[in-house]
Amino acid sequence: MAKELWKGNEAIAEAAIRAGCDCFFGYPITPQSEVPEYMSVHLPKAGGVFVQSESEIAAINMVYGAGGAGMRAMTSSSSPGISLKQEGITYLAGAEVPAVIVNCMRGGPGLGTIQPGQGDYFQATRGGGNGDYRTVVLAPANVQEAVDFVQDAFDIADEYRNPVMVVMDGLIGQMMEPIEWKPYTRRACAEKPWAASGKFGRGHTNIINSLYIDPEACDVHNQHLSRKFALMEQREVRYERVGCEDAELIITAYGTPARIALSAMEVLRGQGVKVGLFRPITLWPFPEKPLHELAGQDHVKHILDIELSSTGQMLDDIRLAVEGQKPISYLGHAGGVMPTVEEMVEAACSALKKEVK
Amino acid sequence: MLCPHRLTIITGHYGTGKTEFAVNLALHMASRGQTVSLADLDIVNPYFRSRERRDLLSEHGIRLIASSQACTDADVPSLPAELNAILDDRQLTGILDIGGDRVGARVLARYRPRILREDYQLLYVLNANRPEVRDVSSAISYLRAIESVTGLVCFGIVNNTHLCSETTADDVHKGAALAQAVSQETGIPVVCHVAHEALAPELTDLSPLFPITIRMKKPWE
Repeated sequence: MAKELWKGNEAIAEAAIRAGCDCFFGYPITPQSEVPEYMSVHLPKAGGVFVQSESEIAAINMVYGAGGAGMRAMTSSSSPGISLKQEGITYLAGAEVPAVIVNCMRGGPGLGTIQPGQGDYFQATRGGGNGDYRTVVLAPANVQEAVDFVQDAFDIADEYRNPVMVVMDGLIGQMMEPIEWKPYTRRACAEKPWAASGKFGRGHTNIINSLYIDPEACDVHNQHLSRKFALMEQREVRYERVGCEDAELIITAYGTPARIALSAMEVLRGQGVKVGLFRPITLWPFPEKPLHELAGQDHVKHILDIELSSTGQMLDDIRLAVEGQKPISYLGHAGGVMPTVEEMVEAACSALKKEVK
Repeated sequence: MLCPHRLTIITGHYGTGKTEFAVNLALHMASRGQTVSLADLDIVNPYFRSRERRDLLSEHGIRLIASSQACTDADVPSLPAELNAILDDRQLTGILDIGGDRVGARVLARYRPRILREDYQLLYVLNANRPEVRDVSSAISYLRAIESVTGLVCFGIVNNTHLCSETTADDVHKGAALAQAVSQETGIPVVCHVAHEALAPELTDLSPLFPITIRMKKPWE
């Protein structure tokens, strides 16, 4: 099919509609407002329901209700709005309700800035809500991936009955890129016999609930959930490696910084510096084993992590995966300031104690 | 001469490439010795605005008029007071870069009486690779919506059909056919065909051609 030019946020909304999204509940916030804007026009035409909620908290709880009734439900927001949704996300996980949550990340903390950021890594991968739960977190680096991952997210959510997040820095939501619409086919398990969608002669009542007041029952429920999370860790890990076969330096980055890193790699390779990129695509489950094995290779001398974050957040997972086998450096900015190709080249050379050409 | 009027107002659907065209047009006019002011009146998009090219424009003697940084990054749709300078000073050549769709074009309504007193042209930028304006009827409906919120009449169509770095001559030709069809239906002339200068040798059949270089780059470009 011929490629079309789409804005990231609009493409995400269209991708969700094509993946059979029944309901969208959201509230505007820059830089994700085109998602609800597009949904408000196009989802009702496709037979779905769009509600602009009174708040982000209301939106995620509408997702809880619609998802509990077996609908494919979605919400999107940007960083501060996603903070507000955390209570709803832990309830979804506790009650085993599938949902898709898109975070078009901006700079923080607090209101921060409307420019792109990646400071919500901890929030997404550690669970910003209470209790022992995990969400699969997909991190696209371009508009095509954003489209594909949003569609995958609905399937993963249904398969495990768990919320799934798609997180991307604001740039990916705001930029225009050519994409191709591939035919979408649902993963199996479209049936939802657990859904509270009416009894229709069934012998028992389906109840959507995250309250397990009996300690032992709550422990059993948690054990059940943890087995599910272990299964996701086994099956859902995604990552990309570019030029790692002979690399002395491995750059770890996701989203926009990973794309800038590819340009930096071209410059560095041109100077004879052997650099590779390891790009986690699922931030949870993190590709721990492949990175551990790569870091253990003799040709790898150093790891350089790059994020749109002042402190480094994925950096913790890099350290856990590398397990001290090789030294790790960090380069990052916050507030929407992008690390430049030049900065990356300099950081790479400094990590390898080579002179910058 | 591509845009002989004192004021050129650039409108169109989201992502059709208005800003890239506006910045290139300003540089083109400045290179012909005109005193150019470019007003970034995009109150819709938070990123990829012509104000990001302030240094480049100023190097070429082009004055950029945009809301203060404080207002834009606070997400406040404020309009710059300096816009009056473009409307008042008839020695200036002014380019007004407007945000997407009728929503973005609404900013013009307030200036309508003053614009009508000037020698102006409102251009409609068209990209046949944008799904919402890819056929004649949808392209015209966006055009009419922009006219109706601004109270201004469209003077010309700019074929700016592209696919970012993947653009081929076929894309530009496809856009030319769409622009021509829209022109036939509406009676509005096609003012020019925009294409990256590298494609110009393959587009000698399109006239006038406005070759550009990409100024609105992404951080990895």
